Amino acid sequence: MRLPCPLCGPRDSREFTPIGGAELLTRPAPEAGEAAWDDYLHNRANACGPSRELWYHGAGCASWLVVERNTATHDVLGVTLAREAAR
Amino acid sequence: MRYNALKILTEGLTGNRGWRPAWRTPEPKPEYDVVIIGGGGHGLSTAYYLAKEHGLQNIAVLEKSRLGLGNVGRNTTIVRANYFLPGNSEFYSMSLKLWEGLSADLNYNVMHSQRGLINLFHSDGQRDAFARRGNAMINQGDDAVLLGREGVRKMLPYLDFEQGRFPIYGGLYHPRGGTARHDAVAWGYARGADARGVDLVQNCEVTGIDVEAGRVTGVQTTRGAIRARKVAIVTAGRSGQVAAMAGLRLPIESHVLQAFVTEGLKPVIDHVISFGMGHFYISQSDKGGLVFGGDLDFYPSYAQRGNLPMAEHVMEAGMTLMPMIGKARLLRSWGGIMDMTPDGSPIIDKSPVDGLYLDCGWCYGGFKAVPGSGFALAHLIAQDRPHPDAAGFRLDRFRTGHGLMDEEGTGAQHNLH
Repeated sequence: MRLPCPLCGPRDSREFTPIGGAELLTRPAPEAGEAAWDDYLHNRANACGPSRELWYHGAGCASWLVVERNTATHDVLGVTLAREAAR
Repeated sequence: MRYNALKILTEGLTGNRGWRPAWRTPEPKPEYDVVIIGGGGHGLSTAYYLAKEHGLQNIAVLEKSRLGLGNVGRNTTIVRANYFLPGNSEFYSMSLKLWEGLSADLNYNVMHSQRGLINLFHSDGQRDAFARRGNAMINQGDDAVLLGREGVRKMLPYLDFEQGRFPIYGGLYHPRGGTARHDAVAWGYARGADARGVDLVQNCEVTGIDVEAGRVTGVQTTRGAIRARKVAIVTAGRSGQVAAMAGLRLPIESHVLQAFVTEGLKPVIDHVISFGMGHFYISQSDKGGLVFGGDLDFYPSYAQRGNLPMAEHVMEAGMTLMPMIGKARLLRSWGGIMDMTPDGSPIIDKSPVDGLYLDCGWCYGGFKAVPGSGFALAHLIAQDRPHPDAAGFRLDRFRTGHGLMDEEGTGAQHNLH
């Protein structure tokens, strides 16, 4: 599996570390309450098919990336910098 | 039909014309007392124990493809009870005791082979951790023997004792650990459940779960609507998708775990062995293939196949531990969909929807739990209170922080197990 890093170009998946769903970018407010934080920390959409994930390019440019990937086929649909996706 | 030696002999002499299908292929009825979604190991054993232990008559298992084609047929067949934490320890101990009587109970040879399992350790710290684990196993009433380097060498002379990077200090020997024939477990439970009146409905995919006023009333399927008083979701890696039909979000990520098998060889590895300095474990099947595996690929996947980096890592770990297997040719590799929870331990619990039960989160350890999981879930469904040996597998432990079972001690968080 290769991921097309926006800064480094296509690179082997060995260079990256997946951290979890891109929904981690939308953190609840500190006072959002226990249920919202429980859901954020533990529960997952766990999509089968197109899905947005956070990956870290540790052995490359050290950027956080949002990777759109099909979890049923391993096709990579697109990669953007997380700092742009989070805007 | 009861299987016995005389029957095999007479069938063998008469052209094997007398065998009948081991279970029926019934049409789904419009209503059941209990519907179990998922015809894998856990679903089939649940149905079997519901009928056998609790006397329920009107049960269906709904399977979207064919029985036993998921993880119960895709694992590395290891059966053990070497858990450390309260909650896990008593459960896997109970499950192993069920394994030990399973072939006789089912009248079906599941080829449970207690060939012994050895977890190797490679440092003083690891030795201490395994000594402590062994004591916990003995306290649970199971068996554990702490072996030193020479003790391991006596049992496993073919390991590389010379290489200095990961020196073998010893191993924790679990004599009652071993393997079983994975398909036979599914088939044996299917046959036993069917004989007790359970409808095993194949090619019947659940497409919706009906909930009225907070209570489950049935399921929608590709073969029509089925009403049910109680519904259990026993769908392993697909748990999140099925639970979403009832409006639930689960603390589960589905990952891929790869496994490998070589061509058939003469008997060479007599035990189940795990390497303590890299994820690698190996045993030899009765057919002769070396069956081994490693760690998750660590990205979410439903593809049932993995990628090269983890395959390479597993091969490297294997060659480090036992260079003699280097000339064996790899026959196949495959992947299974693992339902990973934040703490690496499973869930057998009621859901927030009345009458809807969850049995999921088995991570990469579901096979050895097949009897215990079915036994405990059947108890929960029939009596609406948890089986004492599975009472720790609560859905709310992540929210409350009470009773987390992080067996590896890496932190109760996704992507760490």
